[in-house]
Amino acid sequence: MGTKNTKRYKDRHERKEMIFRGILYLSSVGILLLLIGFFVSLPLDAFESIRKFGIGFAFTRIWDPVAGNFGALVFIVGTLVTSCIALVLSIPFSISIALFLGEYFREGIVSTFLKSAVELLAGIPSIIYGFWGIFVLVPIVIDLEMKLMVINDRILPYGVGILTASVVLTVMIIPYSASIAREVITLVPTDLKEAAYSLGATRFEVIRRVVLPAARSGIIAGIVLSLGRALGETMAITMLIGNANRLPDKLLSLANIFVPINTMASVIANEFAEATDSLHRSSLIYVGLLLFLITMVINITGRYIIKKTSVSIDE
Amino acid sequence: MNETFLRTEKLSALFNGERVVKNVTITFQKNKVTAIMGPSGCGKTTLIRCINRMHELIPGAATTGKIFLYDDEIGSINPILVRRKIGMVFQKPNPFPTMSIYENVIAGYRLNGFHLSRDEMNATVEESLRKAALWDEVKDVLHRKGTFLSGGQQQRLCIARALAMKPEVILLDEPTSALDPKATSRIEELIVELKDAVSILIVTHNTAQAARVSEYTAFMYLGELVEFGSTKKMFTVPENSKTEEYLMGKFG
Repeated sequence: MGTKNTKRYKDRHERKEMIFRGILYLSSVGILLLLIGFFVSLPLDAFESIRKFGIGFAFTRIWDPVAGNFGALVFIVGTLVTSCIALVLSIPFSISIALFLGEYFREGIVSTFLKSAVELLAGIPSIIYGFWGIFVLVPIVIDLEMKLMVINDRILPYGVGILTASVVLTVMIIPYSASIAREVITLVPTDLKEAAYSLGATRFEVIRRVVLPAARSGIIAGIVLSLGRALGETMAITMLIGNANRLPDKLLSLANIFVPINTMASVIANEFAEATDSLHRSSLIYVGLLLFLITMVINITGRYIIKKTSVSIDE
Repeated sequence: MNETFLRTEKLSALFNGERVVKNVTITFQKNKVTAIMGPSGCGKTTLIRCINRMHELIPGAATTGKIFLYDDEIGSINPILVRRKIGMVFQKPNPFPTMSIYENVIAGYRLNGFHLSRDEMNATVEESLRKAALWDEVKDVLHRKGTFLSGGQQQRLCIARALAMKPEVILLDEPTSALDPKATSRIEELIVELKDAVSILIVTHNTAQAARVSEYTAFMYLGELVEFGSTKKMFTVPENSKTEEYLMGKFG
């Protein structure tokens, strides 16, 4: 009788264990299948365009849906340029915020308030950023453009373009890099900081020589992650990038900072609904495939950098 | 021969209003090893952290009373300068993981932005590592990360790092509590060798260690200095019954 009960008890537990494990397996396999699905379906849907334009698609600057000529260079440049500007602009801010919250004011009302403010920044819907850009940033950029008199080949400044989009992107990605950087800065062991203090270092010296080096890999990880965000950001950028499917004539001119351009995500969002002809549609999917690949390459590079620069603190 | 170089006067240390060191008045002799022993929580670590003004780095910490290094009141000197004159070695070996052995030794100069010539740096590194009895073991791997060393070697590296600043005194905060017995005895030998070059204050909860390395011993209990005197005397004829009980292992 006793052994029978024990057996039943054991069976029940084993079954529970099995079901639990099954669910875990299923979800992980599901994710894998999803990824493979992306890999298969994107090229399939883009096949018509891939066959017609080949790899040259990525280096062609013409995008003419009427004539049926497609190339993604403009969008690739637009995406990379806006993302990189945003990244560069965001780094000083996110590191400052991270140091402020992770090292200077770990606790207290100010820190709690600022922490939730930064987190809130990440939760604001993209379209609201777009609105903010149109109503607040665009007039400022128009003013700036008028003052600088860089009215290129146009009569009046638009206010939308690379600079406007990059600034909004900057604000959008700061929370990501800042919160990761803050976390790793908090993780820098106290005994390392104390060692530095005991040698007569000032707070600034401790941060520069001990905290930042020890947190370096995490900070880079945050920046790479935020770059991933910036590349794929769609709605706010579509509202502010100007949606011009052409590259400026003189590529290396500083005035180009105000030029309207288009990004990969934006052109898809803008044109997909109207793309009735199948070549147009498959070209847009091709653009999507390229965006997917670029994001992936950047993520892998980022991970490689993290591995290269990571210092195990515990050892 | 005996020269007082460091003394506290009615020193109290507080955490958020709670006194953890109570009215301690004590004098330390130059080029001697003074052990501060007592059960955990007795305030011994806090006492030495007051001496190099590390205590005040913790939020909610405060001190009253005075500490004199020679004739200078420590509270009136910039804490940065105090800490350069008073080195510290911690419980857990904590070499900087991002720096090589070489860089760790001269970290005090690097951190403070002092520029030494290459020759001066080399000389300081070698001298400090020799004093810390680590030179022979690491002279061929100076540019490897300090974290590759064993625990005992890391702790000696930390001692070298403190010595490199040429301090008046080194505070050792239970320097062997994270080490195995062999590494511990290596450090203890080192402490005895070092006292000609530098005065040493060592915090320990290990009474045998206090007896082995020190000339003077202070016994603290519940934040108060119960007894202070020569180690020989304290371990043979303690004046206070509390000290005797502690030495006999009745508590702690």
